[in-house]
Amino acid sequence: MNRRMTAWVSAMVFLTCAAAQAETVAITGARIHTMGPAGTIEGGTLLLDDGKVSAVGKDVTIPAGARRIEATGKVVTPGLLDSLTTLGLVEVGAVEGSNDTTATEDRFTAALDVVDGINPRSILFPITRIEGVTRAVVVPRPGPGLLAGRGALIHLRTEGSGWLIKSSLAMVAVLGEAGAQRVGGSRAAALLELREAFQDAVDYGANRAAFDRGDRRPYALSRLDLEALQPVVQGETPLLVAVDRASDIEAALRLARDFRLKLIVAGGGEAWMVAPALAAAGVPVLLDPLANLPASFETLGATLESAARLHQAGVTVAFMTNDAHSVRNLRQAAGNAVTYGMPWDAALAAMTTVPARIWGIADRYGTLEPGKDADVVVWDGDPLELTTWPEHVFIRGTEVPQDTRQLRLRDRYKNFTPGEVPPAYRHGPTPPGATP
Amino acid sequence: MTAHLTARPARALLIVPLCLALAGPVLAAAAPKATGKERPFEPPDLYASTYRPLPSRPTLIRNATVLTAVGDRLEGGSVLLQGGKIAAVGREIAPPADSVVIDARGRWVTPGVIDAHSHLGVYAAPEVDAHSDGNEITGPLSPGVWAEHSIWPQDPQIPLALAGGVTAQLILPGSANLIGGRSVTIKNVPGRSAQDMKFPGAPYGLKMACGENPKRNYGAKGQSPASRMGNIAVTREAWTEALAYRQEWEDYQRKKAAGKDTSLPDRDIEKETLLGVLDGKILVQNHCYRADEMLEMIQLAREFGYRITTFHHATEAYKIADVLAAEGICAALWADSWGFKMEAFDAIRENVAMVDHAKGGCAVVHSDSAQGIQRLNQEAAKAMAAGRRMGYPLKEEDAIRWITLNPAKALGIAGQTGSLEPGKMADVVIWSGNPFSVYTRADQVYIDGALLYDRTDPARQPVMDFNLGMPGMVGGDR
Repeated sequence: MNRRMTAWVSAMVFLTCAAAQAETVAITGARIHTMGPAGTIEGGTLLLDDGKVSAVGKDVTIPAGARRIEATGKVVTPGLLDSLTTLGLVEVGAVEGSNDTTATEDRFTAALDVVDGINPRSILFPITRIEGVTRAVVVPRPGPGLLAGRGALIHLRTEGSGWLIKSSLAMVAVLGEAGAQRVGGSRAAALLELREAFQDAVDYGANRAAFDRGDRRPYALSRLDLEALQPVVQGETPLLVAVDRASDIEAALRLARDFRLKLIVAGGGEAWMVAPALAAAGVPVLLDPLANLPASFETLGATLESAARLHQAGVTVAFMTNDAHSVRNLRQAAGNAVTYGMPWDAALAAMTTVPARIWGIADRYGTLEPGKDADVVVWDGDPLELTTWPEHVFIRGTEVPQDTRQLRLRDRYKNFTPGEVPPAYRHGPTPPGATP
Repeated sequence: MTAHLTARPARALLIVPLCLALAGPVLAAAAPKATGKERPFEPPDLYASTYRPLPSRPTLIRNATVLTAVGDRLEGGSVLLQGGKIAAVGREIAPPADSVVIDARGRWVTPGVIDAHSHLGVYAAPEVDAHSDGNEITGPLSPGVWAEHSIWPQDPQIPLALAGGVTAQLILPGSANLIGGRSVTIKNVPGRSAQDMKFPGAPYGLKMACGENPKRNYGAKGQSPASRMGNIAVTREAWTEALAYRQEWEDYQRKKAAGKDTSLPDRDIEKETLLGVLDGKILVQNHCYRADEMLEMIQLAREFGYRITTFHHATEAYKIADVLAAEGICAALWADSWGFKMEAFDAIRENVAMVDHAKGGCAVVHSDSAQGIQRLNQEAAKAMAAGRRMGYPLKEEDAIRWITLNPAKALGIAGQTGSLEPGKMADVVIWSGNPFSVYTRADQVYIDGALLYDRTDPARQPVMDFNLGMPGMVGGDR
């Protein structure tokens, strides 16, 4: 009973801290990787105020009443961003009703907007954010068609409606083996189908009135799909193509050139083999640095050195887990990229400043500079190390509580002795958000 | 990778649990007739290991941080490998004549990493249907099949595991079936056949499974088991028949000894495996996630008089860590894979540390993944860190057991390998630094004293047939 009370009281302390919204916080004494022009500051102070970074440097005046976090020997970075996930779309992978990653039989393709499927109350959000990931790109997985729909950029928070940063972030498409499978078994057919979709989108965009009068040739896609493709063919919304084989990447580059699309390659198992072409075209690669298996005939060239080789060749590289439950391991993947030759700063940038630029939010996020959103992590060591843990995580100035379903399971069974009150009675206070 | 992005969302995990991969060719189990041999559960020696240790020179590794996996950590320590065995471990060891002396200042030395749960070879890369050989998914009971007969020794994933310091692994059938067949322990040394890789003298394992996979596979076909109670019932039937078969042999032997008229029982390949378990010669490797089901399997084993050596995956082992420790059952676990199915929903980062913390607990960090097997040291590091955060005073010398001595126990080979103790096989890794750091790599891997991987020497990096001449390939290290 005593232990239970202690656990309850400490949980209450967490909740009390959490309730303090976007307070003024001074983090002092830390090594601060600003990722901006100020570079890395040893023994610096970072001031957070009203959800923003208000000051950073060695000589920062700390306002009276600010909460102070003494962080000497600690490391401060921006919150991390995973550039490809299914967070919010799935609770349990194999439980269909809880898994909205794929519209397996939908008649729409490009029009599908992932925002309508995201559940910001997912238990994965607290589990992920306490490990330092504060933002994520969420994409639909392709259903029967080559176009999967529109992804979004989110915050890993549930309070209010503040989780959506940007909708219609990118149009997701698939080529390579998976693309070929969707159109009858040929890569050439997949490319042709995409070309037809973009031609139709261009034609539709220039002839909406005629289309509404029924005075246009038939299109391969529905009206809503063609509407969704407008910002893509106008070069505003990127086309994110999941593709691995070097020759498939080259085909995607040709497609993008012909339609003046803003292309992003996701996967890119063999991207390093066509790195000069990617660099010349300014096409970024979203990479899982650990994906080195020759798992198919389109990843025979996959290597743990992909990140290093692409970076060396001047290709823009951002990291992704391409998952939901293991997003928390993004920094392990980044650490391995460093082990296999990528500079440390570039690996951290691949989870902060680089995705900020790719996703068009560099004015708000990616660096710790005055005016930027206060997505901040205080680590107890090198953030890419396996034994390092985030002691404090702030999302837009609000500290996230160290309270997850998993920590509660741990505390329930830690020190349990048979003969005591059953584990079912060992629970803390109601989690935030569970009551009105 | 594109395949993960598109085709198989359930497998798109950092660590891909291969237990989810349940496709397989349809083959009819063939049962050869009696051979006239009078012992029912001894397969012919023809199938025994043909592995031979490769030539080696005496090697003295000095000035290293040595983790012995029996609790010691030596700074400035030395390890002498001689005649394929660990000859000595200590602070000052004089190099024998003709020995290679390696100055390992700043580097760490540990026993070879052992993966207690691997499907390399039986689910070889590339992951094409032609390589899907891990599940005999034609009926829920297939104790007659042996994983070693599915292993493709040219699996290009084998060198990747070697580069991660893996010196031995347990190759298991999948978990589609309640009784999936025999597992095999191999030395991580490429051979022309699986038999050339078999760990000499290692006991066979029997892969069993409870929970979602068997009931899903057969329930979907309108067959039994279609439920968890069906899982238990069908498993009990199998063991009941095994006991009857043993009785048949005992009757035969008794009558024969008494000079009575009797005839040799029919040989039954499937029952031979089950009798091997009842006889304690084959170790039960039981895929089981949920705490309540593990408790049921322990009772089931009691009913039929066999022991469970290891629960695999055991995502809820932390809920019954005390029971597992008291029963002397190891738990082979992921550091943090979770949520891919219902029975993995309660997995927590502290699972390994909590199993380890129980007095007498045997925690094993396993991979079940061609990705994870490349960095089991990193997985152990995450599990160690999670344990420290909950207040357990775990050190590197403790956590190293989870990927060395404890899996050796789980495989029944702890007498031969798994720790740096004189007389054991010289299965040794020299790491570039602390193996619990993300930046550390295996510099050299020795198996039975032979240098079989050297990260700076392409001549000491195996390249499988499949990889030869492939575009993008630059040696075995990738």
